[in-house]
Amino acid sequence: MNKKSKVVRYNKWGYIFLIPFVVAYLVFQMVPLVSTVYNSFFENYRAGLMQIGPNYIGFENFKTIITNGDLPTYLQNTLIMWILGFIPQILLSLLLGAWFTDPSLRLKCQTFFKTVIYLPNLIMASAFAMLFFTLFADSGPVNSILMQIGVLSHAYKFMSHVWSVRSLVATMNCLMWFGNTTILLMAGMMGIDPSLYEAAQVDGATSTQIFYKITLPLLKPILIYVMITSLIGGLQMFDVPQVLTNGTGDPMRSSMTLIMYLNKHLFSKNYGLGGALSVFMFIITGILSLIVFKFTGKEDKDGR
Amino acid sequence: MKKRLVSLLTVAAMTATMFAACGNTDTASTDASAGDGAKAGETATAEGGAVELPEDTGKTLNIQVWNEEFKSRVTDHYPGYEEVDATHGKIGDVDVVWTITPNENNAYQNHLDEQLTNQESASADDKVDIFLVEADYALKYVDTPYAMKLSDLGITDADLADQYTYTQDIVKDSEGNIKGSSWQACSAGLIYNREAAKEIIGSDDPADVQAAVADWDKYNETAEKAAEAGYTMCSVNDTYRVYSNNVSSKWVGDDGKVVIDKNIDKWIDDSKKLVDSKAEDTDDLWSDDWAKGKTSKGKVFCYFGPAWFFNFCLDAEKDGTIAHDGGWGFCEGPQSYFWGGTWMCAAAGTDNPNLVKELILTMTTDKAVLKEIATADSDCVNSKSVLADLAGSDEGNIALLGGQNPYEELAKGADKIVLDKLSAYDQGCNEELQKAMKNYFEGNATKDEALDMFKKAIKEKYPNVTTD
Repeated sequence: MNKKSKVVRYNKWGYIFLIPFVVAYLVFQMVPLVSTVYNSFFENYRAGLMQIGPNYIGFENFKTIITNGDLPTYLQNTLIMWILGFIPQILLSLLLGAWFTDPSLRLKCQTFFKTVIYLPNLIMASAFAMLFFTLFADSGPVNSILMQIGVLSHAYKFMSHVWSVRSLVATMNCLMWFGNTTILLMAGMMGIDPSLYEAAQVDGATSTQIFYKITLPLLKPILIYVMITSLIGGLQMFDVPQVLTNGTGDPMRSSMTLIMYLNKHLFSKNYGLGGALSVFMFIITGILSLIVFKFTGKEDKDGR
Repeated sequence: MKKRLVSLLTVAAMTATMFAACGNTDTASTDASAGDGAKAGETATAEGGAVELPEDTGKTLNIQVWNEEFKSRVTDHYPGYEEVDATHGKIGDVDVVWTITPNENNAYQNHLDEQLTNQESASADDKVDIFLVEADYALKYVDTPYAMKLSDLGITDADLADQYTYTQDIVKDSEGNIKGSSWQACSAGLIYNREAAKEIIGSDDPADVQAAVADWDKYNETAEKAAEAGYTMCSVNDTYRVYSNNVSSKWVGDDGKVVIDKNIDKWIDDSKKLVDSKAEDTDDLWSDDWAKGKTSKGKVFCYFGPAWFFNFCLDAEKDGTIAHDGGWGFCEGPQSYFWGGTWMCAAAGTDNPNLVKELILTMTTDKAVLKEIATADSDCVNSKSVLADLAGSDEGNIALLGGQNPYEELAKGADKIVLDKLSAYDQGCNEELQKAMKNYFEGNATKDEALDMFKKAIKEKYPNVTTD
C-alpha cells in the first residue's frame, strides 16, 4: 500500500513539472495555431481606418492563394535560397566539427575559435543584412575595392541581379548559422565511442575512411535533426532578405520568401488571407519535414 | 508532505493575490482616466462657434511624428519648450512625449491607426494629442472623426487667412471642415549643381538653367548632354513627383479602381530612355547611392525638391558638401509641383486642448515664428506675407544656394499648386509604382511585367481596390 502510493506520488510530480511547458505550449502555440486556421475562413482586413469584416467566406481565401500562382514562386525562391546557403553550411560545419573533435590534430585555442565561429549568430539578422546592404551598395566598399584593383570597370549593381541577391542572402544565412551547426555536429561527434576510432586506426583505416565509414553513419541522427531544424528555419526565412531588399524581394520578387509575402498581407491587417497563407505554409513545412525525416531515416531502419 | 503542500498553497495564494492586485489597480486607473479623456474630447467637439475649451487636464502631451523635423522646429522656435532628451521635452509643467515611427512601408500610418483606434480606451498619459500627417495620406485621417475640426479648437478662418489655400484644401474633410494646419508651403523646383550647370549648359544663372529644363523635351535633351559630360542628371525617383503631381486623374477613382495616369506613363517611358542612356540612375531616394550627389565627387546634376530639402537633405553643415560651399542653384523645373509638407492635426479626445491650440497657432500662423523658421531653417513657410517679405529682402538669400533668393519662385509655385487629384491611396500607389518600375528600368522585366507587379503589390496593400 505504502509502496504503491509512493509511485503514484512521483508520477504526480512528473505531471506537475510538466504543467509550465503544457501551459506555455497551449497559450503560445496551440491558441495561435487554432486562431490562425479560424481566421483563414474570414474576410477581415483594414482599408484605411475602416475595418472590413470579419465576414465568413468559407474557402475563398484558400482559393485566392491557389489561383493567383504566387505561392509556388515564393516557395521556390525560399527553397533555392535555403539550399544555396545550407549546402556550404553543412560542408563547412562537418569539416570544422571533424577537425575540432579529432584528438590527433591537437588544435590550439579551440575555445577561441569555437566562440569566433559562433559570433555571427549573435548579431541581429537585420543588422547583419543592413551591413551587407551597405557593403554591396552601388557606391559601397566592395564595389570601390573591386574597381580599384581593376576587376570591374564600373560598379556592379548587386541588388539588381537575381543571382547576386540570392547568393548574398544565402551567404549571410550560411555565415550566421554555420557556427551553430558546427557546435551541434561536434556534440554528435563527441558522443561517438572513441574505441571505434581506435579500433579503426589499429586496423589501418585512413582518416578519410574513418570520416566516411564511422563518423558520418553514426552522426546520422544529429544530421537529420540539423537538416530538419534548418529546413524549418529556412522556410521561415524573413529578416535577411526583407532588410537586404528593402521589403521588395526585388529584382521582380525573385528573392521574396513565403514569410515576406505573408508580411505583405499583414500590412493591410489582412488576417484572412494571411491566415490562409499560414495554413498552407504549415502544411508545406509539415510535408517537407516528413520527407526529410523519412528519406534520411529509412536506410537506418532497413539496415538494422 | 503536509508542510510542503501548505507552503505550496501559500505560494500559490500569494501569487494569485499579486496578480489580482495588479489587475485591479490597472483596470481602475484606466477606467477613470479614459472617462476623463472622453469627456474632455466630447465637450471640445460638441461646442461650435466661439469655443470655450475645457481646462487642460493632461500631464503629458503625446505627439506622433515620423521624423525629427517637427521636433526640431518646436525645439528651436516654440517659446517655452525645453528639451529633456531625444524623445522628451517640457512645456511648462506638461511633459511632451515624441513618438517617432519611420514612414517607410506604411509603418507610421499603421502605428497611428493603432493609436487612434485605441484612443478611447487609452489612459490619459497615452492619449494622442497631436499627430502629423503628409499630403499623400492626409485624407485618410482628415475624413474621420479621429481628427478634430480646427474650428472646434477655437481656431478661426481669420487666424488662417495668411496661409496658402492649397495647404488648407489638403486637410479638408468631405464636408469642407479644415482639420489641420501646416507651417510649410511645399512648392518645389529643381535644385542644380552650379558647377555642373556651367559645364553642361554654359551658365549657372537660374534663368539660363530654367530655359534648359523648361519642359520635359528640353529636360531630356539636357539630361543627354549631362550624360555625355560624365554627369548623372538625377535619379528617376527624383523626377517622379514632378510627373505624378501633374496628373489628370486620381490614383484610385470613386469606383475603387487603380488608374495609371498618362503623365505617370510618360514618366515610365521618359525614365526608361534616360536610364538606358545612363543619363539617370535608379537609386532609391534617401539611399547612400542617391545621396552621393551631395558632394561634387558624386557627379550629379540636380535634385528635385522643395524648400525643406535645402536645409534637411543637403548636409550643409558637413565639410566638403556642395551645400557647404554654397554650390547649389534653384529654378522652377519642367513642371510646377509640390512635395510633402507636414500638417498638424489635433487628435479627438486630447486632454490638452488649450496647449494643442496654442501649439498649432504658434507654429503655423505666428508670423514672427514663421519668419524665424524661414530664415533659420530655409523653410518655405505657409504665410503669404512672410514669403513676400523674404522675396524682397536680403534675409531670403540662402547661403547654400550661393546667396540666391528662391522665395519669389517658391511663392509663385505655391500659388499655382492645385490639389484636386488626391486620393487616400496615394502614398501606397506612389511607393509601389516606383519599386515595381525599377525592375523595368534595370532590365529585369518588361514594362507589362513591371506593371503587373505593381498591380499585385497594390492589391496586397489595399485589398479593397481593383486593378483591372
